[in-house]
Amino acid sequence: MLLEVRDLHVEFRTREGVAHAVNGVGYAVDAGETLAVLGESGSGKSVTAQAVMGILDTPPGRVTGGQVLFRGRDLLTLPEEERRRIRGAAIAMIFQDALSALNPVMTVGDQLAEMFTVHRGLSRRAARAKAVELMERVRIPAAAQRVRDFPHQFSGGMRQRIMIAMALALEPDLIIADEPTTALDVTVQAQVMDLLADLRREYGMGLILITHDLGVVADVADRIAVMYAGRIVEQAPVHELYKRPAHPYTRGLLDSVPRLDRKGRDLYAIKGLPPSLLRIPPGCAFHPRCPMARDVCRTDVPPLYEVSPTRGSACHFWRECLDGSAGA
Amino acid sequence: MPEPSLPQPQEPERAIAGTGTGAGMDLAAAEAATVGSGETGRPAGRPRSLWSDAWHDLRRNPVFVLSALVICFLVVIALWPSLIAPGNPLHCDLARAQDGPSPGHPFGYDGQGCDVYTRTVHGARASVTVGVCATAGVAVLGSVLGGLAGYVGGFWDALLSRITDVFFAVPVVLGGLVLLSVVTSSTVWPVVGFLVLLGWPQISRIARGAVVTAKQHDYVQAARALGASGPRILLRHIAPNAVAPVIVVATIALGTFIALEATLSYLGVGLKPPSVSWGIQISAASPYVRNAPHALLWPAGALAVTVLAFIMLGDAVRDALDPKLR
Amino acid sequence: MAAPVPEPAPEPILEVRGLVKHYPLTSGVLFKKRTGAVKAVDGVDFVLRRGETLGIVGESGCGKSTVARLLCSLERPTAGRIRYRGEDITRLSGKALKAVRRNIQMVFQDPYTSLNPRMTVGDIVGEPFEIHPEAAPKGDRRRRVKELLDVVGLNPEYVNRYPHQFSGGQRQRIGIARGLALRPEIIVADEPVSALDVSVQAQVINLMERLQAEFGLSYVFIAHDLSVVRHISDRVAVMYLGRIVEMGTDEEIYEHATHPYTQALLSAVPVPDPEARERRERIVLSGDVPSPAAIPSGCRFRTRCFKARQRCAVEVPALAVPEWFRSEGGPAAHDSACHFAAEREPPPGPAPRREPDGHGAANAQ
Repeated sequence: MLLEVRDLHVEFRTREGVAHAVNGVGYAVDAGETLAVLGESGSGKSVTAQAVMGILDTPPGRVTGGQVLFRGRDLLTLPEEERRRIRGAAIAMIFQDALSALNPVMTVGDQLAEMFTVHRGLSRRAARAKAVELMERVRIPAAAQRVRDFPHQFSGGMRQRIMIAMALALEPDLIIADEPTTALDVTVQAQVMDLLADLRREYGMGLILITHDLGVVADVADRIAVMYAGRIVEQAPVHELYKRPAHPYTRGLLDSVPRLDRKGRDLYAIKGLPPSLLRIPPGCAFHPRCPMARDVCRTDVPPLYEVSPTRGSACHFWRECLDGSAGA
Repeated sequence: MPEPSLPQPQEPERAIAGTGTGAGMDLAAAEAATVGSGETGRPAGRPRSLWSDAWHDLRRNPVFVLSALVICFLVVIALWPSLIAPGNPLHCDLARAQDGPSPGHPFGYDGQGCDVYTRTVHGARASVTVGVCATAGVAVLGSVLGGLAGYVGGFWDALLSRITDVFFAVPVVLGGLVLLSVVTSSTVWPVVGFLVLLGWPQISRIARGAVVTAKQHDYVQAARALGASGPRILLRHIAPNAVAPVIVVATIALGTFIALEATLSYLGVGLKPPSVSWGIQISAASPYVRNAPHALLWPAGALAVTVLAFIMLGDAVRDALDPKLR
Repeated sequence: MAAPVPEPAPEPILEVRGLVKHYPLTSGVLFKKRTGAVKAVDGVDFVLRRGETLGIVGESGCGKSTVARLLCSLERPTAGRIRYRGEDITRLSGKALKAVRRNIQMVFQDPYTSLNPRMTVGDIVGEPFEIHPEAAPKGDRRRRVKELLDVVGLNPEYVNRYPHQFSGGQRQRIGIARGLALRPEIIVADEPVSALDVSVQAQVINLMERLQAEFGLSYVFIAHDLSVVRHISDRVAVMYLGRIVEMGTDEEIYEHATHPYTQALLSAVPVPDPEARERRERIVLSGDVPSPAAIPSGCRFRTRCFKARQRCAVEVPALAVPEWFRSEGGPAAHDSACHFAAEREPPPGPAPRREPDGHGAANAQ
């Protein structure tokens, strides 16, 4: 396994109390594989990634338990110095908002070149040549001229490409992309996702794609982990999950998305709202919104049941759900 | 402008975890009981506005409580100085000039043989009057001009911005030396007038910015789409949302105005004897500072504490009103 | 509340002709000099019929939000007419404009900035009655407000709460209640669900559909999400750089698009079905959208179009049913502003593919 997250817990201390953002998340991603982490806002999907990267704001955030194993070594117990080395070179991250993730007063060429001068000790000239090469690789037209431009001179899609170029610079083993295309228009989103998929293949990297978009997941992911209220509620290969969801939340999500390819009559709407992380309901966190909830759901937290060797579902009644007996 | 760019369809998760804004009460009453009702720890159902939230925070903030107590005390002695200093501040006895503390005269005597304690207490009135009046004048003038310029926009806005730039370029102390030296009145009003004249651009700039920000919000557009009139939009939708930054800056400005009054009086162009003020006291005591430091230290200390109290109050109010922390 | 409206007659309730909005670009500190114009909306025509939903889709910067603001008289158009029940509303002011506003209301995109944080929910939803006192007698307003909250699925007891105590989806309901208060005939919704989470988005879409049936509303539904627009709309207009490039029923647009931009847009939308990923053929557009301050000559899409020819640079294509489809009829015969309008290969279904005379396959360049 390239990266394995085990039983991760993250808390935020707020004025209102302790927010339990991540409550025992576990997932794994292999080299050359794309894992999608799907969830709505507040599900803990981004916080998990930040904890993995070690860029969690502490305080108010705090990792209170679990392991993050990268090639078998627990990142959480590594000294900061060593961790920083891994962070830049072996695991890279791509953010949603490229404009705020890039330094506005440095040219993109200098920012890219800095990766090579700092981490690889290249000369300025060699680093600059590498920067142009990278920009070409992420298909930025006229790269040789544009290295001297500042981030604000690029369009949203081009900026996201530069972010990708920075992530790729040191040829990492794993890329974590947090909503990389959410701020982009569909046509540009398609370009960026295609680029990301091509590069992943080319470099044989692992990719963790954090998103709320069921369409994007279906397009690029191999496996998917669905998060709700800081837990993983379902994990499965992507084809199986879309065909036969084994958790009522996943099923609800799939039924509530309007489809481009067919005109549905009524959208299924999951009733209610995601819970406050300050007061996660006891038992299964989804039970107040679940059409199949029973007494046991209100008291017992469901473990991640093994549905098949490659699938898991945190629903006491996953069999029923899988059989489609829950009317949606 | 063409179109605003798309908002990120997802708010950052940390905001949720951090502030609880996204976690809400439930829709229909049916689910309300089960799904996290009320995103804050306070009793649900009680109406809370920004102001009541701010007050809730302020009461628990020691900085605010301390500075508010100091300011209350100051206001009381400014109104009724005789409560704690029954003597006549103008009664001086040259024979006791520069004497140290003695029973009944805890702060000693200044160079003219006047009681420092009595004069320091009575000096509060001038400082507080100047501070409060100048701030009131600046706040009214600045927010009306700045607010209108921000709301109307266009030519008038540009004109006002250039005028404020001119005022910003005037060095306050130099301007005071020039303008106030021709005034002979010994009351506080010329000083107040001067401070308002030079101080309003600061508030007007803040007010303009706040109005421009508030004006862009969709709720203003929504009110316009409903057919609301200009005054209604300005008073009901823009002003309440723009007033917080003005209050914060005005509170801090109050402290600086008091310090400026002292500076101008020290330079001989602010208040003039026989008025009693901290600036005059400091000015009068400075030649003897080696022999009678107490005559300078007490009024200077009072001045420092007062200015600090207002600035701390402004800071506390800013923290309480800052929507980013909410 | 209101009696259900009988089967809506297809009469036009809103007619837009030649709508143009240019924002001058100026330089200079105090006295501004005009140096150019951002052509946010550059000649838009459409008709909204009573009881229908017209979806307007397009990417950011295409001018769709400006159209919304023009429809709601939040801005005055540079040129063109907006006729509401036959009357041009673009030159109205004062009382007459206020009267029209009762009937055209707006729902905003961002539930966090569209509600005044200093007002209670009761005051927000009740404000329309204060501005239009004739709409409800004073003593009746509180009851009406509670009724409205109930209609949009909120607990009427929440009247005294402030917006920040609600989640995004609930706030959007409050905004919808405010829009409904005056019983308008038309609601212009500008990206009403794009800021919401998937599960909440479905709730708000369903609510809007229910209200349309209940109150006989006509919607102009503006969004960048093609799937959402397809779900809710009867007819769809696709905008690019200030103009409508293609317009038709949802089937005509989504199954039989003839404009290359629409085709590219549709091919780019990820479908939540992993089986589809092998089947799909994406049309990848080159380059970025040109600036609305420097619109290309001729067809404004030509700089990114895979079908562009000489003719596209000189001749502006009109939004009309292409000649070669006119005799044919069928779903491909709908308004499309392209000199070389044609359905995509392979045609999805038995509809015969039509090409304008003398031009070959799509990918010529």
